[in-house]
Amino acid sequence: MNTLNTKFFHSVYLDESLCKGCINCIKRCPTQAIRVRNGKARITSQFCIDCGECVRTCSHHAKKIHIDSLDMLNDYAYTVALPAPSMYAQFNNLDDVNILLTALIYLGFDDVFEVGAAAELVSEASRKYVDTHQEQWPFISTACPSVVRLIRVRFPNLIDHLLPILPPVEVAAQLARKRAMAKTGLPADKIGIIFISPCPSKVTYVKSPLGTDHSAVDGVLAVKDVYPLLLPHMKIAEQRPMDLAISGRIGIGWGCSGGEAGGMITDSYLAADGIENVIRVLEDLEDEKFARLQFIELNACSGGCVGGVLNVENPYVAKAKIKRLNKYLPVARTHSEDIPLKIELNWNKAVEYEPVFQIGETVLESINKMKQIDSLCNEFPGLDCGSCGAPSCRALAEDIVRGKAEKNDCVYILRNHIHLLSETYSRFSHEAIVDGEDPNACIHMLMNYMDKLTEEIALLDSHNLINTDSDTEEGKHYDD
Amino acid sequence: MEDTIKLEYIVSAEDFTRAGEASSDLKNILKQMGVSPDTVRKVSIAMYEGEINMVIHANGGVITVFVTPKEVTMILKDSGPGIPDIDKAMQAGYSTAPDNIRSLGFGAGMGLPNMKKYSDDMKIETELGVGTTVTMTVRIC
Repeated sequence: MNTLNTKFFHSVYLDESLCKGCINCIKRCPTQAIRVRNGKARITSQFCIDCGECVRTCSHHAKKIHIDSLDMLNDYAYTVALPAPSMYAQFNNLDDVNILLTALIYLGFDDVFEVGAAAELVSEASRKYVDTHQEQWPFISTACPSVVRLIRVRFPNLIDHLLPILPPVEVAAQLARKRAMAKTGLPADKIGIIFISPCPSKVTYVKSPLGTDHSAVDGVLAVKDVYPLLLPHMKIAEQRPMDLAISGRIGIGWGCSGGEAGGMITDSYLAADGIENVIRVLEDLEDEKFARLQFIELNACSGGCVGGVLNVENPYVAKAKIKRLNKYLPVARTHSEDIPLKIELNWNKAVEYEPVFQIGETVLESINKMKQIDSLCNEFPGLDCGSCGAPSCRALAEDIVRGKAEKNDCVYILRNHIHLLSETYSRFSHEAIVDGEDPNACIHMLMNYMDKLTEEIALLDSHNLINTDSDTEEGKHYDD
Repeated sequence: MEDTIKLEYIVSAEDFTRAGEASSDLKNILKQMGVSPDTVRKVSIAMYEGEINMVIHANGGVITVFVTPKEVTMILKDSGPGIPDIDKAMQAGYSTAPDNIRSLGFGAGMGLPNMKKYSDDMKIETELGVGTTVTMTVRIC
């Protein structure tokens, strides 16, 4: 893979055989990363932040996620499952987390390490970091990889506010591996650390992390894939659950919006969830509208991680379940002084601004391109109908200026051309008879017009709107 | 002018739901143009303060923005009551905003001082009963 591909690796991809070329996903993508081209949805790699909105919104289930399968347990001598806190909220009447953790062992894992337990260490480290770096307030949480990716491409002024602490899953992976090595004496590469994820964003994080060079997680399974397999094991585990749970209320609370902020133990915070709300908060934050806060928790999914597209339960029902589960738990059960293993909690690699939306190489070039965009926008109907395959008229104008689309992609522009041609044709044919010119020359000219008209109508046929051809172009992502 | 892009925004009176739309739009356009993050920040903060001022004090108005490769110029023109004492209005913390506006979290008396702070050059022309025009320039570096 070249650097660009690694830098913009994505876990979300398109199953072309299922894509109907409708415009649902292009309208919902928060970074306008999707275009329908030749009847299929294409994701522009650099713009995509793996938030999963298109996976959620596609009614044809054509948006898929690269995810590992349970077979990967066979690749290692010893495996440890890392269940995400939001996973606990997927089951009805679960009163004891140990039932779920025991069922994971029955499913085939050798051990479990709760991401929630690591989250308590992250909370502790975050509190210390925020306290000692007041000049950088407010800090923005970096646990949701989609938020970090969004800031990287759209909010350069906020990069300095990113909390440079590794996400709980990374800390959990380090601890789980060290514990497994100590327990079994096996070398590091014989141990498989497998995260059970609520979202595609975390899959992307593992393959192409931000804040560190390499993730200690070896594989990622989806909660929705493991869920049905676990249910029968949980029935048995219910009889005599093993004592495996080490996460308290703070750690499990991370599964919902507001949970991470709760672990900061301060009133000076804001927690926003849902990608559109996150963008609004970042816009305001960029304008320094609430600089006095200490901490900003942001989750791309509504409700927080419980709203991840790989979870099965309704996020708000899941939230209620977490509340119930947490009712009798101690505030925190995992503390750094109890951990004998040395682990890395801080980022070791800074996040850098990637100006992917930039329109020209220089400001001067951008000014000229902006003018072209404006004049194109004035020609378009402003309906944002999506028929051209871009989410809005402005997005089409930008695509044209970037050399990735044509004016005739707009059905209204094309329709006007056809009207114009047919009107001219009609006028000429009448005039030709009145003038009584050489009949052959007249017929020849009319034939020319007829050909042009047919050509334009053919263009309309090839338009996304009514394209039914199955396009078998290689590559799921659409790059430059 | 060849190398200039002109943008125009109508700011409607007392509509807080839309206040900030103009500065937000300008901010995104400047980012797309590859203007440095620091310049974008200064423009966006100065313009937002000005936009809010027009909503609170002046029954709205029109903002015209010119962007050249060297600078961003924002001309905020309103037909409001005018500013009786510019020196006083420029003092940090001085505000004539009514209580209902303050209860919304605005009217802290930082509008004009912040506009001056975040722009490289600011000029105020005002006439009582006629209106105010504030011209702010931020250099592109």
